[in-house]
Amino acid sequence: MQFFLPNRGPGRLIVVEGIDGSGKSTQIALLSQWLRLRGYAVAFSEWNSSPLVHETTRRGKKKEMFTPTSFSLIHATDFADRMERYIIPLLKAGAVVCADRYAYTAFARDMVRGVDRAWVRNIYRFALQPDLAFYFKVPLEVALGRILGGRNALKYYEAGMDLGLSRNIEESFRIFQGRILAEYESMIEEMGFHVIDATKSIESQQKEMRRVVLHKFGVMRPPGVLGVELSPARLHA
Amino acid sequence: MPDYKNRPALSYYGTALPGVDYSELQGKLIVIEGPDAVGRSTQIRGLKPWLEEAGHAVLDTGMARSALAGKGIKEAKQGNTLGSITMTLYYLTDFADRLENEIIPALRAGVVVLTDRYIFSVMARAIARGENRAWIEKVAGFALVPHSVLYLRAKVPDLISRVVVGRGAFDFWESGMDLRFGRNMYDSFVRYQARLIRVFDSLAAPYNFQVIDATKPPVEVFESLKSSVAKIFESDPTTSLADHRKSVRPARGTVPLKTAASRRTP
Repeated sequence: MQFFLPNRGPGRLIVVEGIDGSGKSTQIALLSQWLRLRGYAVAFSEWNSSPLVHETTRRGKKKEMFTPTSFSLIHATDFADRMERYIIPLLKAGAVVCADRYAYTAFARDMVRGVDRAWVRNIYRFALQPDLAFYFKVPLEVALGRILGGRNALKYYEAGMDLGLSRNIEESFRIFQGRILAEYESMIEEMGFHVIDATKSIESQQKEMRRVVLHKFGVMRPPGVLGVELSPARLHA
Repeated sequence: MPDYKNRPALSYYGTALPGVDYSELQGKLIVIEGPDAVGRSTQIRGLKPWLEEAGHAVLDTGMARSALAGKGIKEAKQGNTLGSITMTLYYLTDFADRLENEIIPALRAGVVVLTDRYIFSVMARAIARGENRAWIEKVAGFALVPHSVLYLRAKVPDLISRVVVGRGAFDFWESGMDLRFGRNMYDSFVRYQARLIRVFDSLAAPYNFQVIDATKPPVEVFESLKSSVAKIFESDPTTSLADHRKSVRPARGTVPLKTAASRRTP
């Protein structure tokens, strides 16, 4: 389904989505490298990484100043900056842009924070429609097992502590991630996610992603960069 | 075009904020809007003590003053790479922070909030830069409906003389130089501000602006503003200014009110 503005290319936009611990970052890194090694200009853009709003986000998180609305808006600002300054120009130049999380992350998280659905969806109307959106489907307990018990301490907003779900940060994280998971699941059909079974081995997930990319781009025959065509034959070379 | 005229004051335009009980709000929300260099801050400097003298607690706030995003916006404007959607959303982040952390708590406490610019400046800047009007109206739809939006309306030549006399130089953003509406800052200022005024004018009816002729001398503008503000209180007997507008004379035999300065010395 075309929810966003059409990407008039010639570049291609590939997006990965899923809850924390679903393994999507590992997979998009492997996919980017695979494309890069085949001679394509690959750009990478991560959720919440714009240098323009970095200080504001840091201040808000450190001092726990965010409300659901300001939290939603600062992430949209971050996204807009990456879209306007980075993603759109690179797509116009013919690059393959790989995005670790996209507007869907906001749709899922902001809904859990009680923000109005139509309002948050309208904010992201300026975004471009991804050519491929992979969703890493994973049972909650599997994802939690990958995150909890690790050495990295959970952070306040990451665990949804602002929602007052539990005073225990791990418990809050469980409930919060569970609700986000439900939001993602409800978007699969509507947004046309390509579902990857994230309980499988890293290798078999990557194989599936590459197969989908070849299939999709082979059919669409987008002009590649550097004068080469992104086609199955080229990708297999 | 949506018509917001009949939205009651202190409700929302389009989307309710999560966690806000609108029935608790009881202060007054007064917005001063208008283009750059029209004299908004000068007028607010006069209105605040005038309201305080009448016994109202006043909070004055304005764009890009939030604890959360104020500093970030100023820094972002130092570089000239701020895209127009990014700028719009950054200003609305700032607005959301002030709305939820300053304006709403003040209104809950019965304070008169006087704000230098509101969502309309953010909307006007976005629309003047070619962004979709329906989009920005929905995004900014969480704003509270003010008791009054006082729109200081002037023409471009008035603004130019204020910039030249008052500031001595054209500002990059006030001249719309990010989109280069003209060859140099002067030409760009003229075209960009003319566009902004047209957009403000188009917002006036649907958002129920009270248009104040700001081409007049500041003293006359101040008088118009005072009478508009007084009307807000007259319609509400619990906070009426009526008694205060007459000069207070101490009754015979009572001790005259001390001035603020003499009160400090025991």
